[in-house]
Amino acid sequence: MTEIWHGLTKAIELIISLDPEVMQIAGRSLRISGTACLLASLICLPLGSLIHFHQFRGKRALTNIIQTLFSVPTVIVGLFVFVLFSRAGPLGVLGIIFTPTVMVIGQMILITPLLLGLTISALSGVSKEIVDTATSLGASGFQTIWLVLREARYAVLAAVIMGFGRAISEVGCALMIGGNFKGVTRVLTTAAYLETSKGELELAIALGIILLFLALIINIVLNRLQQR
Amino acid sequence: MSLIKVTGLNHRYGERAILENINLSVDRGEVFALIGPTGAGKTTLLRIIDLLEVPGAGEIYFDGKCIPRSGKQRLEIRRRMSFIHQKPQVFNLSVYDNVACGLRWRGEGKNKTAEKVDHILEMVGLKGYENRNARTLSGGEAQRVALARSLVLEPEVLLLDEPTANLDPISTAKIAQLISYVARQRNTTMIMATHDMSQGQQLADRIGVLLDGRLVQTGNVTDIFRSPQNEEVAHFVGMENIIESVIIANNEGIAMVNIGGNAIQAVSNYPVGKEVYACIRPEDITLALSSTQSSARNSFQAKVSRVTTLGPLSRVEINCGFRLVALVTKISAEELNLQEGREVYATFKATGVHIMEKEIRQ
Repeated sequence: MTEIWHGLTKAIELIISLDPEVMQIAGRSLRISGTACLLASLICLPLGSLIHFHQFRGKRALTNIIQTLFSVPTVIVGLFVFVLFSRAGPLGVLGIIFTPTVMVIGQMILITPLLLGLTISALSGVSKEIVDTATSLGASGFQTIWLVLREARYAVLAAVIMGFGRAISEVGCALMIGGNFKGVTRVLTTAAYLETSKGELELAIALGIILLFLALIINIVLNRLQQR
Repeated sequence: MSLIKVTGLNHRYGERAILENINLSVDRGEVFALIGPTGAGKTTLLRIIDLLEVPGAGEIYFDGKCIPRSGKQRLEIRRRMSFIHQKPQVFNLSVYDNVACGLRWRGEGKNKTAEKVDHILEMVGLKGYENRNARTLSGGEAQRVALARSLVLEPEVLLLDEPTANLDPISTAKIAQLISYVARQRNTTMIMATHDMSQGQQLADRIGVLLDGRLVQTGNVTDIFRSPQNEEVAHFVGMENIIESVIIANNEGIAMVNIGGNAIQAVSNYPVGKEVYACIRPEDITLALSSTQSSARNSFQAKVSRVTTLGPLSRVEINCGFRLVALVTKISAEELNLQEGREVYATFKATGVHIMEKEIRQ
């Protein structure tokens, strides 16, 4: 119990004093996961719309696969990306293994199914009559998709924030392909993991609390948006 | 030349035939009402004309050009029309953005859009609502947003699907007024689906009766209401008295018709011996306490069998050897003291009797 208490006071201390190392780690976490989330959104929103608005064979099967991949273990994504980008791997020549770049790629792959699936279900929430109304008011295909995305904007935003939440809170992938190098690829989760294994429980708890604090902020934003 | 022409249109949903062999043409500037009961296929026909759906078979011509079944041309033509759906679907945006979206999609400039939206909101009485979210409006207000959204595009063709079906009487009157104002002002071609016959009667130049996916009769208002083509149409347009009868004499267009032993006079060219239906609109029958001399050729002594009040009118069922239904004002029903068992004289003109051929049912 005392450890948790000390961890809590330490966390507050670190936050208030704006401890440079902790701030750097938190900033890196935000930057890597934010970039991954942004890039994944840029792919998933149009792709999700495309899947939603087109009828094709195997659409239901595809949706099922996407939903199953919501719960893909982070270590499996980590392993896959590692094999792909390690020095001996097919994309090893790029030399980006153990860099923030590869971490962004890993997290993108990790959250793509979630973003895609939630985008599709957000768009399904918009009634067919809205689509027909837009079409009969003279919207082209793209204009209709844009309108429907706007209609579903809160649900779509919720999907994006969920994706960000999964990205910033995962540890397996970041550890395997980032390598947890101090000052380069160390993020909140991998730092907390390292401190715990070193026995520095207070610092680990402090990092955990900062992570939770970020999650809280995300949740508040999400709630605000949904209540609008 | 007709602006919209539909030929040989057939459409099915799965096994169920929705529209069967529809042929229809509507001239520029004409207001055409499509009347028919719920489920007759009115909405589907409008959707096909608006190019939202591709018909199973048949062609659609717009301004003389045959419309392809897919491709960019459909969007171009759809942009010359506007469709007001039965249930107004407003977008989850401000009233202004709702009304402006169609113009933006057509690439209209910002200032011009603002000007047009401003003007149309004033016209539908929604000025000052620009920044309200359209989802927070009442049903009548939402329908006016939907109307404004369509009208602001100044379409050549306005398609209306039961535009007032879900509204209270005051909102209904407002919407109907706006529609007829626009029709006259801009000479807009309109096709309006409705099951409300009085609305069809008020607004339309021409009426088409759609029953069970078939366009059974088209004609001007008088044709449809006075001279329905068959029993189905007669029932639908409120022809309450449809009586089986036989022509027993015909003297230069004035026929004697036998209804169960009673002879009535009617205007008809059918030959003697023809089995027909005699149709009399209930409002064309006058009731009096004594037999009055009038130009009306048919007058019968009758007994009242039932009186029901319908708002300002009374529906009176009488028996004069055959059953008739008459509509009189509630005041005159009270003055005549109409009640069950009361003896009255029922009178109607020979021109008030529409004779139609008895259909051989397949």
